[in-house]
Amino acid sequence: MATMTSSETEKIEGGRAKSFRLPPALISYLQAAPLALILGAFLLLPILMITVVSFWDYDFAQMYPDFLTMNYAETLGSWVTWKTYLNTLKFAFLVWAITLFVGFWVAYFLAFHIRTTAMQMVLFLVCTVPFLTSNIIRMISWIPVLGRNGLVNSTLISSGIISEPIEWLLYSDFAVVLAMVHLYTLFMVTPIFNTLMRIDRSLVEAARDAGATSWQTLTNVIIPLAKPGMAIGTIFVVTLVMADFSTVQVMSGGQSASVALMMKNQMSLLQYPAAAANAVVLLVLVLMMVAGILRIVDIRKEL
Amino acid sequence: MSKAAEIDIVSVSKIYGTTTAVHAISLKIPAGTYCCLLGPSGCGKTSTLRMIAGHESISSGDVRLGNTVVTDLPPAKRGTAMMFQSYALFPHLDLVDNVAFSLKMKGVEKDERRAKALDMLRLMQLEAYATRRPAQLSGGQQQRVALARALITDPEALLLDEPLSALDPFLKIRMRAELKKLQTSLGITFVHVTHSQEEAMALADLIVVMNDGRIEQAAHPRVVFEKPATAFVARFMGDHNVISGRITRSEADELMLSVPAGGEFLATGGDAAGLTDTADIAVRTDHVRIGEPSEKGLGFTGSVTNIEYRGSSVKLSVSGAGVEDFTAILSDTEFFANPVKAGEAIPLSWNREDAIVLGRLRN
Repeated sequence: MATMTSSETEKIEGGRAKSFRLPPALISYLQAAPLALILGAFLLLPILMITVVSFWDYDFAQMYPDFLTMNYAETLGSWVTWKTYLNTLKFAFLVWAITLFVGFWVAYFLAFHIRTTAMQMVLFLVCTVPFLTSNIIRMISWIPVLGRNGLVNSTLISSGIISEPIEWLLYSDFAVVLAMVHLYTLFMVTPIFNTLMRIDRSLVEAARDAGATSWQTLTNVIIPLAKPGMAIGTIFVVTLVMADFSTVQVMSGGQSASVALMMKNQMSLLQYPAAAANAVVLLVLVLMMVAGILRIVDIRKEL
Repeated sequence: MSKAAEIDIVSVSKIYGTTTAVHAISLKIPAGTYCCLLGPSGCGKTSTLRMIAGHESISSGDVRLGNTVVTDLPPAKRGTAMMFQSYALFPHLDLVDNVAFSLKMKGVEKDERRAKALDMLRLMQLEAYATRRPAQLSGGQQQRVALARALITDPEALLLDEPLSALDPFLKIRMRAELKKLQTSLGITFVHVTHSQEEAMALADLIVVMNDGRIEQAAHPRVVFEKPATAFVARFMGDHNVISGRITRSEADELMLSVPAGGEFLATGGDAAGLTDTADIAVRTDHVRIGEPSEKGLGFTGSVTNIEYRGSSVKLSVSGAGVEDFTAILSDTEFFANPVKAGEAIPLSWNREDAIVLGRLRN
């Protein structure tokens, strides 16, 4: 009798459990599903499509599904591509070096020389104010400053320092780098500021106690500890510069080229497979650069 | 092995804006002393230590170390080394580089400084961990690294800012013994900031009790414990009942005190003659016994409010005769020979020498 009752209750409880509960494994999959769907639909699928299309054939009007390595052969076999890649890498390096230098000192000033947290936040927000306008506007606003009859040239001429306007201020590599530094420095400031704020102030005191000068403290303690922030900033800046086409187009006045600009031109000529092949090559290059940065600096502590 | 230095603090003040953290304190710490700065948080003990170390500017007054006035010298030029509360080990460096840091700053060759750092680590029994990072060590090991890093500069005085506060109770007691051993073997002056009176009693040759930016008493632990200078010291060190009241009769070195609700208490010693009007007296909790007083003013009758059994002793809380929460610590044999219950009225008494007059700080 007793055994029957207990098995009956088991049955009832078992039945109830089945109707209300999902297996735990399924629950985990369901929880992961939204992000997986979004990443799948908006990241993996497009990349997959680009990769597939990069092997297709095309003429002036149409694409033909196929499996050709022609697009890659054309892309990698052309000296124009190599020159463009080199030019893009040059921009990336220059912008990286300048934003790292400027970004570190801005972050250092904010983190170590501003005493109150309130003031730190205010100044940090001031840094972000330009970001309330669009990239394009901020870029274009350089034109009246740097142009032939722009602010800089007219000031220099009226003060008698030069007699002819400086030509290389606008529509030059200088203008491209300047605009990119302006656009991307904050991406360097933010992560470095974040790491610097996490440095225990007693470490600086300990260094001072051990007889370190300010410069020695900086090179032996602060910079090594800021490396993860610098690495994250570097990833931001390098990927942004490598993918940039509008800044290069506007600020160089069409005189300089970048990989993304080359792709844009290919697309406007309806050479989608060629652009896709170019995109895959660029993606691989950028991923390799990011992997290289991650190998040098361990950023896991920051995430 | 290294030379110890006397630390002489001459009316040193620390003023932050409008608040004064340290009020013109003067203190002489003899060479080779283990000195504990003791007090509740915010009493100015850490500010004092940091001023000796040079991490805090001195608003007024001077600090002398050995024969040099170090008031305006940077930390590394003072011959002191500081051990920070959180140890402040460099997380990106391994133990050898952490310990060798100050040598590197001085420009000592890499091989030489690493060899010296390894020797220091060996002294601290840490050579097996030499290539690890601080985060891979336990709290006690981290503390030994911090000690090694401070001692490699061969300082005349080692300054320790709450060195044991981050450790668990068991380790605290072990590291305490190691600190004392180290100080004895090195022979240099240690200045140790703590808020634990037990720690200070266990370690110090000189306890400096601080409160509200002033030194209440600076003396050998035994003196601080047996003859607390002020009511604050007596309360902070524990083991004393402090009774405050009006002076009714005052003779050479003894006075009679009356508390508002009628009780009268006799106390001796101290500078009884210097006091007028009101005074504080202290009675050792462990010298109180149950029984009628032999003389008027050396006891009172009160009701037991609480009884705590502590194994070897029993703690009674008694209220009566205008005295609240008077503590009596009885040995277990004494208590169980004649047990009392909560609520019972009992007479308490003590000997003449167990009630002492406490001084007041004159500002």
